[in-house]
Amino acid sequence: MVLKLKWLATAGILAASIGAAQAQEKLKVGIMVTLSGPSAVLGQQARDGFQLAVRQLGGKLGGVETEVVVVDDELKPDVAVTKVRGMIERDQVNFVVGPIFSNVLQAIHKPVVESNAFLISPNAGTSNFAGAQCNPNFFVTSYQNDQNHEVLGKYAQDKGFKRVFLMTPNYQAGRDSMAGFKRHFKGEVVAELYTPLGQLDFSAELAQIAAARPDALFTFMPGGMGVNLVRQYRQAGLANIPFLSAFTVDESTLPAQQDAALGFFGGANWAPNMDNPQSKAFVAAYEAAFNSVPGTYAMQAYDAALLIDAAIKGAGGKVSDRNAVRAGLRKADFKSLRGDFKMGLNGFPIQDFYLVQAAKRPDGKFQTEIREKVFDDYVDVYAKDCKPTN
Amino acid sequence: MTLSLFLVQTLNGLQFGILLFFIAAGLTLVFGVMDFINLAHGVQYMIGAYLAAMFTALTGNFFFGLMLALPSALLFGLLLEFLIFRHLYARDHLDQVLATFGIIIFLNQAVKVVWGAAPLSVPVPEVLSGTVVLMDGLLYPVYRLALIGSGLAIALLLYILVSYTRIGMLVRAGASNAPMVSALGVDISRLFMVVFGFGAMLAGFAGAMVAPILSVEPGMGDNLLILTFVVIVIGGIGSIRGAFIAALLVGLVDTLGRIFGPFLLRLIMDPSAASQTGRALAPMLIYILMAAVLFFRPAGLFPVRK
Repeated sequence: MVLKLKWLATAGILAASIGAAQAQEKLKVGIMVTLSGPSAVLGQQARDGFQLAVRQLGGKLGGVETEVVVVDDELKPDVAVTKVRGMIERDQVNFVVGPIFSNVLQAIHKPVVESNAFLISPNAGTSNFAGAQCNPNFFVTSYQNDQNHEVLGKYAQDKGFKRVFLMTPNYQAGRDSMAGFKRHFKGEVVAELYTPLGQLDFSAELAQIAAARPDALFTFMPGGMGVNLVRQYRQAGLANIPFLSAFTVDESTLPAQQDAALGFFGGANWAPNMDNPQSKAFVAAYEAAFNSVPGTYAMQAYDAALLIDAAIKGAGGKVSDRNAVRAGLRKADFKSLRGDFKMGLNGFPIQDFYLVQAAKRPDGKFQTEIREKVFDDYVDVYAKDCKPTN
Repeated sequence: MTLSLFLVQTLNGLQFGILLFFIAAGLTLVFGVMDFINLAHGVQYMIGAYLAAMFTALTGNFFFGLMLALPSALLFGLLLEFLIFRHLYARDHLDQVLATFGIIIFLNQAVKVVWGAAPLSVPVPEVLSGTVVLMDGLLYPVYRLALIGSGLAIALLLYILVSYTRIGMLVRAGASNAPMVSALGVDISRLFMVVFGFGAMLAGFAGAMVAPILSVEPGMGDNLLILTFVVIVIGGIGSIRGAFIAALLVGLVDTLGRIFGPFLLRLIMDPSAASQTGRALAPMLIYILMAAVLFFRPAGLFPVRK
């Protein structure tokens, strides 16, 4: 009898709590980014950018009380899948925001888009999910992976460079990078040099570049590889050969590259000196809170938070009304930090791309700065293969 | 392809070989004398680099930083030996691999907690910051030449130490037959500690020396560790001379093979196939070298007499 009473009481409490939840919906967002290993800086920027937005909005997205769960994917696809399932099933998140790296995206895409959550990528944007495998529950606030490389190829072509030397790490993203560059560059490719992934000493490659005397170097060396390449390139006296790069000279590597990177070029959809009020306020707030210059990783995650905010608002705060939320995500009715921003039919942004250049600010910190617009309202080349199902 | 380019690339290969030698020297002693597989040796290289970065930032001078980093790396190595490794000598190799692998993971995360995840950089010391022109359009940093010079000096020093001193004699004897050395009244655990501390310091020295040219970051020793094992296997486990020759060999084969392999392949196949094959073949070269050496000399180039 006593036991029965206890059960009844528990059931009563449960019912009450469910009732309360229905009365006021709560929003749960799971952030899955890389927070350990050599690339942890990128994940930290994304996490900090997202949380800054939530904090500025008073802990609410779209006016709904928001709880943020942060998880480290360890840059391991298998670990990421297990952890993302945990977020969906145990934590019951409404949105998964992540990841940073494309190989992790390939792994977590299916489990998330087939669940009750939306997947918002603040960085990785692979070609397959932009084209034939596009999905109505998947949105990207960054770019399609090829685009940043295309910026440099287009720039090299417009600038009239005749002979360009290409060098990337020997893995899928490196080969994609060269393909992206060559999409708009029609001049002569002097050499395509592949280095082992993780190589830190480029003295042998630099000698090859010096011997080839190209008009420009195009490279894609993320993280520690980029830090080393830039410093050694400068030490070797090659800085008179224009250094065009993607994900090599940015706010995650500049603190270590410092003066060595000055004047080197990159391609991006935004830079901290972007001239609009919301971007200026964001950079100031980010620097005050985290004492470092935000890069595109932070900007894109911040925009992801604003996108969710706008979508929930559009759905009248009804988190559970998935169709309304999806319509809001498509509409993307928010003031992006990069100004011009539209959501394409494939869930990838339509935006402008710029040639950026590493510079030193008066306060001694380093940042990339916009030099010229290379693409206007640029739609990725895979979008035409996307046939939205609903 | 000109002769000067070839010479510059040879110099690059030499420099890579010297770097491998610094790490391999300690590893081959620890493995050869103590029969102890220390996967954490690469982490000690990383610790050396971090210590150099920290002390250089504190003192504002690379050489002061290096002088402080060396004893600190030594102390850190001895601390690890005292706390962990000492208890593993009698265990079998699998236990040693598991425990030292755990240390890699632990210390890679620990440096991130202490120094942050972002890579650190150390400025090249003023006196060595000059460059020389070895080839048209390419400045070769004097610092890299100094690195090669210091490597040759250390190799000579080690040779004298191992061949002509009492402690060197004990080390050689230990590599041949440790129980017999112990039976002759030598305090073998003290000898082990000296060898271990010395190996840790050499790895730390390598880390400190590369800090001005490479970025200092968590896990920077992990890739090198595998190559270092290749070096000591090729050279003959326990042999300093073998480690030196093998390190230079691996450095040269890796660098020259990677750069000139595709050119050579182009002589026998069409350019796109050559570049494809070269790209796939280059990372394999040193392992092919190792397989070839082991086929003809299963105990390495300079095996220690047992």
